[in-house]
Amino acid sequence: MEYAQGFSRDYPAKPADVYLFATCLVDQFAPDAGLDTIRLLEREGITVHFPQAQTCCGQPAYSSGYPDQARAVARQQLDIFPEPWPIVVPSGSCGAMLRHDYPKLFAADPVLAPKARALAERVFELTEFLVHVVGFAHDDSGAPCTIALHTSCHARREMGCHETSAALLAGLTQVKVTGQARIEECCGFGGTFSMRFPDISEAIVSDKVDSLRATGAERVVSADCGCLLNILGRAAKLDEIAGRSEATLPGEHIATFLWRRTGGEPS
Amino acid sequence: MSQPIRIHAARDFKERSLAALNDPAQRKNFRGAMDFLQMKRRAQFGDKDELTTLRDLGEAIRRYALANLPELLEQLERNLTANGIQVHWAETADEANAIALGIARRVDARLIAKGKSMVSEEVGFNHAMEAGGLETLETDMGEYIVQLAGEAPSHIIMPAIHKTKQQIAALFAEKIPGVAYSEDVDTLIRIGRQVLRRKFAEAGIGLSGVNFAVAETGTLFLVENEGNGRMCTTVPKVHIAITGIEKVVARLEHVPPLNSLLPRSATGQAVTTYLNLISSPRKPGELDGPEEVHLILVDNGRTQAYGDLQLRATLQCIRCGACMNHCPVYARIGGHAYGTTYPGPIGAIISPHLRGLEATYPLSFASTLCGACVEVCPVRIPIVDLLVRLRNEAQAREGSADATLRGSGAARTTLVSTIWNGWALIYSRLRMYRITSWFMSRGRAQSPVEQGAWTRSRTPLTPAPKRLRDLIKETNQ
Amino acid sequence: MSARDRILGRLRAAPKGSPVALPDIAAWHATRPPLATDAALAKFRSNMEAAHAEVHDTTAQDWPLLLARLAAEKGVRTLLFGPDTPHGAQLAASAPAGVELVPYDRPVAQWRDRLFDGIDASITGARSAIADTGSMVLWPDANEPRLMSLVPPIHFVLLDAARMHANLLAAMLSERWASGMPTNALVISGPSKTADIQQVLAYGAHGPREVIVLLCLASGGKP
Repeated sequence: MEYAQGFSRDYPAKPADVYLFATCLVDQFAPDAGLDTIRLLEREGITVHFPQAQTCCGQPAYSSGYPDQARAVARQQLDIFPEPWPIVVPSGSCGAMLRHDYPKLFAADPVLAPKARALAERVFELTEFLVHVVGFAHDDSGAPCTIALHTSCHARREMGCHETSAALLAGLTQVKVTGQARIEECCGFGGTFSMRFPDISEAIVSDKVDSLRATGAERVVSADCGCLLNILGRAAKLDEIAGRSEATLPGEHIATFLWRRTGGEPS
Repeated sequence: MSQPIRIHAARDFKERSLAALNDPAQRKNFRGAMDFLQMKRRAQFGDKDELTTLRDLGEAIRRYALANLPELLEQLERNLTANGIQVHWAETADEANAIALGIARRVDARLIAKGKSMVSEEVGFNHAMEAGGLETLETDMGEYIVQLAGEAPSHIIMPAIHKTKQQIAALFAEKIPGVAYSEDVDTLIRIGRQVLRRKFAEAGIGLSGVNFAVAETGTLFLVENEGNGRMCTTVPKVHIAITGIEKVVARLEHVPPLNSLLPRSATGQAVTTYLNLISSPRKPGELDGPEEVHLILVDNGRTQAYGDLQLRATLQCIRCGACMNHCPVYARIGGHAYGTTYPGPIGAIISPHLRGLEATYPLSFASTLCGACVEVCPVRIPIVDLLVRLRNEAQAREGSADATLRGSGAARTTLVSTIWNGWALIYSRLRMYRITSWFMSRGRAQSPVEQGAWTRSRTPLTPAPKRLRDLIKETNQ
Repeated sequence: MSARDRILGRLRAAPKGSPVALPDIAAWHATRPPLATDAALAKFRSNMEAAHAEVHDTTAQDWPLLLARLAAEKGVRTLLFGPDTPHGAQLAASAPAGVELVPYDRPVAQWRDRLFDGIDASITGARSAIADTGSMVLWPDANEPRLMSLVPPIHFVLLDAARMHANLLAAMLSERWASGMPTNALVISGPSKTADIQQVLAYGAHGPREVIVLLCLASGGKP
């Protein structure tokens, strides 16, 4: 991880076309976040291209210590973005994989290394892209509400996206974003970490749920589906255990929240 | 404490971490201490530009020292020897202890007063000395408490961080003759001071660690707040310093930037009370100070890390402990659960070299890779990349090019490898992915309610009725 | 082959990697400009006081009087000093009333018990000081041994305000430490302390509980 490089980079002018790398989680578990990402971008006059050949960035195997398997999957993504358009990713974690880890993963391959580096240069996390490339500015048309923002660790530390997410939410006049104890602390997901060390993972995510609930926010918003599935899944489990039928800590992807607040029709 | 090789590394780690998670008092201690230390560090580094410059320099100094390590060690040895300090080399923990025992026997020492030294913990110094008939006494307040309790340190800077003052009050009342129970911290420290004060004079040898060994001048640089390190290095007739071979820096002027980073990162102090720079034993005419000073340079697996250009960065560490102070896993399970001398993120990346991956591989997996450690590391060790590399090594096929370390392949199981091969097969072939994900969506109603570890703590994951790729196709039609 | 040769052999056999440039300490030093005298003194004082030390203004002539007053206030009856230092001689010539001056004039082994248990306070000089961190530099020697600044519960330090450096590096460079280090050099930033019990700060862990700086100003004290 090179924490400096994600924070200052040259941003292109607003393009006419972009690619969407939606991530496997969004494809399978949260397609609304993907659709809303497309709507947000197309409203800006950008044509969004979704290569049907995309699968997964390969991070699960990469971070689990299976580099060959990660490479095999990452290899599948290297050739599916042939035009020189930006690649927008509605996830800081998967975005960081493409942007920072692909060059490392293929470093020893003389043919694929330049490809991986060139691809990495075109990768933008969604909120980063909306702030720095699109210049997102839309009126908030929703009712007043209070929310909490959770930024994934990769988005925060490798991509600097805690700032862009916060900036987008700050632009919504009726939305109050609450402070939060230990806002920068991990939610305890960590991919296969949550399966390998379920007790430690549970301890961390329970604390995260507690500090989010303590804010009094009516929902949590995040630009990463992995964290959301973990946090919301834990909160719902706690509701279930307590016999509550209503979700006490609902949440949604920031793309959906932004689209909903700025006049878009819900998916 | 000397630590036996763990045969069931993964099971043992899980058991210890589970015990720690189920100890609410200890969890409260760690949480409180971590919050406090994070806040203190933040207050020290309000000026981000200053921090960036300082970290760049700290990294450069350590990388320069490592790039020239063999030459600098020889220079250090030359200058220390010229100054009258005797230099010893130890490839293993046993060799390091044998050297110290040899010195102790020659000077007929019975008691060794110890200043804080993590390397002495690493080599099992106390145990080895006691086996050799010597008494060792920890004199750092935290280490003293831990020794009195028959435990090991749970943090590299604050050894007794897992203990409450009530526990310490009870410990003192039980173990120190004539001491009444008191929770007053000043009183407790005064008791420790009185007990230990007599011992410095009785000890034939004082033992210390080293924070920086300066090659250019032949100087041992020690950092501390209490003054027990100064006692150990000044009062007994013989001073033995023990340190890892990586602790060398090229020049004296390289110390100030590191010494600015160290206490600020560790405890949020601008400076420690004492910087103790030792360059020779007592000279003729001087009235105090040890007559002999020895330095034991310990390898104990460090050359394995050095032999790999990526893993070499592990040796940049200046042992500030900021990585553990900011680690969400360490904050939950504490130091003892790791089962190694060095806990937390630095422990996970250094221990495999000291003790082999077979005994330590669970530590590299016991991280969410959140990168909080990388963000605060004063010398920019790429801890997350190193953790990932160690995971690769732990699961590499024996004899393959990816298995380069002692114990590589220890975590490899046919089942898990097969799962990942299957996963790669699905996600690297579009047809396979399409079919699998289509079935997952269509079969969502039959999604298992029990999803192993996931659903023990969370509600089940349920695929959406339609995949994004299907919804996009529908829209475009 | 010895352990030494095997260790060095392994290090030499390791891949070289790309060369690493000598760190540019001068460039860093240049980013930390020297402080004006008044600012440096003020910073030194506030840092020292924040570290629980006392700083008293005095002059090169008057400090024995100040010392006598402070010693009386603190109930000091025995004061360890170095008789062969200039300030030791000055002190001996104007010995504070009611205080026994104890010279450190023989090897520690000959009077260890008294040193550890029978001395209330000590006075030493400081070679220089550091404003940035509120620290004093001591280079103990035969005339002012190492334990003087460590064993007695109260440590008085005589410091010439003109010997103030902005930071540790400035002290090292301008005093040319690298050209000849003493047996033991010390940088002291207040009384001995520990936070090893539940992060509660306690003073006087092993060294002095009190550090009292007698700051000698050319002008004779604060205007």
